Amino acid sequence: MIFDIEFETLPREALEAIQLRRLKDTIERVYATVPFYKKRFEEAGITPADIKTIKDMAKIPFLTKHDLRDNYPFGLFAVPMDNVVRIHASSGTTGQPTVVGYTKRDIDTWANLMARALAAGGGTRGDIIHNAYGYGLFTGGLGVHYGAEKLGASVIPVSGGNTKRQITIMKDFKPTIITATPSYLLHLAEVAEEMGVSFKDLSFKCGILGAEPWSESMRSEIESKLGLKALDIYGLSEVMGPGVAIECREAQKGLHIFEDHFIPEIINPETGEVLPYGEVGELVFTSITKEAFPVIRYRTRDITSLNLEPCICGRTHIRMNRVSGRTDDMLIIRGVNVFPSQIESVLVKIDEVEPHYQLLVDRVGTLDNLTVRVEISERLFSDEVKSLQGLEKKIAHDIKETLGVSATIKLVEPKTIQRSEGKAVRVIDNRTI
Amino acid sequence: MMRVEQISVFLENKEGRVAQVTSILSGSEVNIRALSLADTADFGVLRLIVDNTEKAEEVLKEKGFTVGKTHVVAVEVEDKPGGLNDILQILHDAKINVEYMYAFVRQSGNKAVMIFRFDDIESAVSVLEGKGIGIIPGKDLYSM
Repeated sequence: MIFDIEFETLPREALEAIQLRRLKDTIERVYATVPFYKKRFEEAGITPADIKTIKDMAKIPFLTKHDLRDNYPFGLFAVPMDNVVRIHASSGTTGQPTVVGYTKRDIDTWANLMARALAAGGGTRGDIIHNAYGYGLFTGGLGVHYGAEKLGASVIPVSGGNTKRQITIMKDFKPTIITATPSYLLHLAEVAEEMGVSFKDLSFKCGILGAEPWSESMRSEIESKLGLKALDIYGLSEVMGPGVAIECREAQKGLHIFEDHFIPEIINPETGEVLPYGEVGELVFTSITKEAFPVIRYRTRDITSLNLEPCICGRTHIRMNRVSGRTDDMLIIRGVNVFPSQIESVLVKIDEVEPHYQLLVDRVGTLDNLTVRVEISERLFSDEVKSLQGLEKKIAHDIKETLGVSATIKLVEPKTIQRSEGKAVRVIDNRTI
Repeated sequence: MMRVEQISVFLENKEGRVAQVTSILSGSEVNIRALSLADTADFGVLRLIVDNTEKAEEVLKEKGFTVGKTHVVAVEVEDKPGGLNDILQILHDAKINVEYMYAFVRQSGNKAVMIFRFDDIESAVSVLEGKGIGIIPGKDLYSM
């Protein structure tokens, strides 16, 4: 089912006309209301009048996560706080969190796009949606929630955790759609099995899964083991939240980006040059309807490619392929963004000197498993095993406290972490996605 | 001085790591007097009493090992049933905590030797001496 048939199936020409009009409006608005953008435009020697076609966007400097941090918390908001009805933020443990705001209309737009996404998975008014994305500052839970209500479906705001209770709810309430990270869904299925409940006997027809990288093979596993259709959803708080793009159940091949609200570009991450459709590079987004927190050419750091071929589902919106990696060294572990520098800052606090460490990520069963190898130093060393084990516990505790992820700590001998060109290899990602 | 110097070495649980330590010491003419290995699934701590602590520390550090130095107490134990128990009873009664202990290998003599690591060395030594338990000073032990 297509939720918003008028806009989702617009002929390309009409779609592009809408995009250009909305782009121009947005640019004029941010130029007038956000000093940061005005300054950027001036530095680049352009004014809003120079953007006459969509291609002219290439003249506008990129917006990066750094810019968001530099303008913490509300520096990039384009409306007075009176008009902001919701604030979300990233965890921000690498420094300043990135803060985004929404007007009443933004929330409504978001709900509309998320409703489109649920409908792309076959969702209708009669469905019961088991929403296992976390509620809170993270956009996942509330994003899905408003979309489900907009669709007219029933939503169970179960959030993450309490896994056993979730299984009971699934048995008793008979939800038909589940929204979760793919790894959490597999975890739920494992726990269900331990409780003697087969996912196949539950009522799910569809899973809307995202917020972490996953693969075709993981999709096959989920679909065959759990007996439901698994769809990839994409979003990021800087651009909106979940529902920026979604796979359709008809094709399951690439995620339709809701182009009447966002203009995607693919760039060469090294040079910033815009690449033609089909080529692999960094995904860049410009929002063209957002009021409170518009983004102009926001570099997502996600690596993918765009596909303009017509889709069998009837949607005319361009598709992005699965995200295949990140341009920076950010790891996504169980849906949580982890930067090596965050681990480093935890370790420095314990040892007061920069330690050598390495992050190993494995997928054990269905869950991401983070191991932090820390080279022992004379300052940390003790002849008592219990002190060393206590040290491991302390590091694990501090990482959990700071980053919100569980890690296994392994003390290793000095100089055992491989150095390449004098620099240690900080991340070994063994996940095959 | 009733203390004995002990060095400890951090080892990952990898094949041949202990042998590397003993080989380094052997190459530097350092004689191992007593040894104990405490291990977990991931790592171990090798504790050594040697005839030349300084030298051992130096050569091991040179080879990139993490080396620590602590003080332990060498206690004479009657070589008869209940010999060790008597000593542990004394320590228990005095509420002195033993962090860990291991045996010292001795070529001859009618008493065994145990190495004790205490939190509070001073009290442990005075309690044991008060009960007439023999304590072997470091300098004697290194060359025993």
